[in-house]
Amino acid sequence: MRRFVVRRLAAAVGVLFVISVLTFLIFQTIPNGDPALRIGGRLATAQEIAQIRHEWGFDRPIYVQYFRTMEKIFNGTVVSYTQGVNVLDQIRHGLPATLSLAVGAGFIWLMLGILFGVITAIKAGRFADRALTVLAFIGVSSPPFFLGALVIYYLGYKAGVVPLGGYVPLGQDPAQWFSHLIAPWLVLSVLFIGIYSRVLRSTLLDTLGEDYVRTARAKGISERRVLARHVLRNSLIPIISLWGLDFAQIIGGGAILTESVFSLHGVGQFAAESIGRLDLPPILVVTMLTAFAVVLLSAVVDILYAVLDPRIRLSG
Amino acid sequence: MSERLLEVESLQVSFVTDEGTVQAVDEVSFALGSGEVLAIVGESGCGKSVTAMTLMGLTRLPNARCSGSAKLRGEELLTAPERRMREIRGGEIAMIFQDPMSALNPVQRVGDQIVEQIRAHEEIAKGPALARAIAAMDRVGIPRAAERARAFPHEFSGGMRQRVMIAMALSSSPSLLIADEPTTALDVTIQAQILHEIGRLRAETNAGVILVTHDLGVVADIADRIVVMYAGRIVEQGSLDELFYDPQHPYTWGLLGSIARVDRERPPRLPTIAGQPPSLVSPPRGCHFRPRCPHEFARCTEVPPLESRLAEAPEHRDRCWLSPQEKRAKRVVDGQIGLAGGTTVVA
Repeated sequence: MRRFVVRRLAAAVGVLFVISVLTFLIFQTIPNGDPALRIGGRLATAQEIAQIRHEWGFDRPIYVQYFRTMEKIFNGTVVSYTQGVNVLDQIRHGLPATLSLAVGAGFIWLMLGILFGVITAIKAGRFADRALTVLAFIGVSSPPFFLGALVIYYLGYKAGVVPLGGYVPLGQDPAQWFSHLIAPWLVLSVLFIGIYSRVLRSTLLDTLGEDYVRTARAKGISERRVLARHVLRNSLIPIISLWGLDFAQIIGGGAILTESVFSLHGVGQFAAESIGRLDLPPILVVTMLTAFAVVLLSAVVDILYAVLDPRIRLSG
Repeated sequence: MSERLLEVESLQVSFVTDEGTVQAVDEVSFALGSGEVLAIVGESGCGKSVTAMTLMGLTRLPNARCSGSAKLRGEELLTAPERRMREIRGGEIAMIFQDPMSALNPVQRVGDQIVEQIRAHEEIAKGPALARAIAAMDRVGIPRAAERARAFPHEFSGGMRQRVMIAMALSSSPSLLIADEPTTALDVTIQAQILHEIGRLRAETNAGVILVTHDLGVVADIADRIVVMYAGRIVEQGSLDELFYDPQHPYTWGLLGSIARVDRERPPRLPTIAGQPPSLVSPPRGCHFRPRCPHEFARCTEVPPLESRLAEAPEHRDRCWLSPQEKRAKRVVDGQIGLAGGTTVVA
């Protein structure tokens, strides 16, 4: 276990290094990426630009720029090029909304994905299976900005059952927190419910053909118990790893569209706005946050795997 | 025969598939007494496993058609309600499967898997059930059973896993044990141990045993009576001695001829039966073995009834039109029982 933790931490450092270097380099080659021009604005003279370049250190060699930026990220003083605000403060400010979105949506899509997966597998080929299959494909092909707009227009603007957007912290008013999040949760979940139910359906059908399921039936236990204890439990193992990675991505601001449509002001929306301004420091920090969340969650998934399947041993 | 435990009469099982109706089991009848070992022998796909699964009520699928009768101590199994079948499955009839590598759930401790079976049939707390599971494991020769009950299937060898399966089957004291190819996936040395174990438990518990196998060599040690199946039908049935020393059906000759024996001179080539078993969707008219049989004649296009053709052995039945005299003459190949004209593979 200790070796596992050490190895994963080493891997996390490696991943963060590679990701940050790549992101940094992309911004050196991107057209219109020169931050001095953006900071200076449209009316700046060449002299003013040169001065900005010097003040911000853009005239130093690229590796110096990289290490100075990293240094600022890790001591918490990194500042956005175009807004002049502290990036980590912004992230800290957006993280509760993003975490609330991820936890709620992650729970909903996991539960409904399992439910629909089980129904389609045990009713394979029959009406319920076909109907849910069509729904799954509609869900997978509905982009959140479209679905979100529909929900806001019909349920928010016309019917008035959900707010038109925004985020209320949980500590401030739990009821308002919930009512502001229910629509984003559902919209974000739709895509994942479609994917998860399809993946689970095929895993379940494979497991149903296993010899040990026949053994379980031969024991004389009820079909419900056969399904729950022997079929579902063993089929959930691949779903867990899928869930870990998707969840990590959303914590790292991956739900850009959903967060923006519902104005949650989370990490994802912050990332979207920063990309619009081609603002390197926030994008760098968000990318590293995502990478870190993915590495962390996949370590958690691997631990869960070893608990769920005794044949698997932890080895970095 | 001792007390009638199981009576199967004219059992028919077919499955509707996209290719047509598969007649998996056709007019199968046999009986079994307590403490008796009946072997059902035949090639893959001859219907022996489907017969066994049907007795367990495990072939009740939407596309399956079942008729005839199968009675356990007089109680009809084919039409019993699912609730009653669940009590019978794993309670009165227990089953051991072919591949112990895949027949146990890989993510559950073996002790828990046995406990699950015990608790499916009795109101018993987990603690005492586990104690019984450990006792059952101990009884089938698993060393340090209390400790091993906490292990997972992948931590056992193939032979030990099959012992776990036997312990599981015996944990609820069944009156009928169905062993479907219990030794096929095991090493030869382990095969003998497992058969010995099944034989010993039969003697201890007086359970009836149905041993499903494709290997006549396996049954010689343990079976009292043998049913030989081919393409869904019984082609010959009788006692062990009758079948081994006076086999009546050419298919049985072929099976006997293809046992590799170490007590005889090594043949230059291993004998086999030419051809493949027929498709069960469109089997040949008349005797199903006809296309592979070197002794075929005109009458073989009619289905031969399963009946005794020997005055001295009324219980020894077969499905072959040849007269007993012709059979005794034709079944001798190179001085031993075998099927003439079979292709051979290099030994």
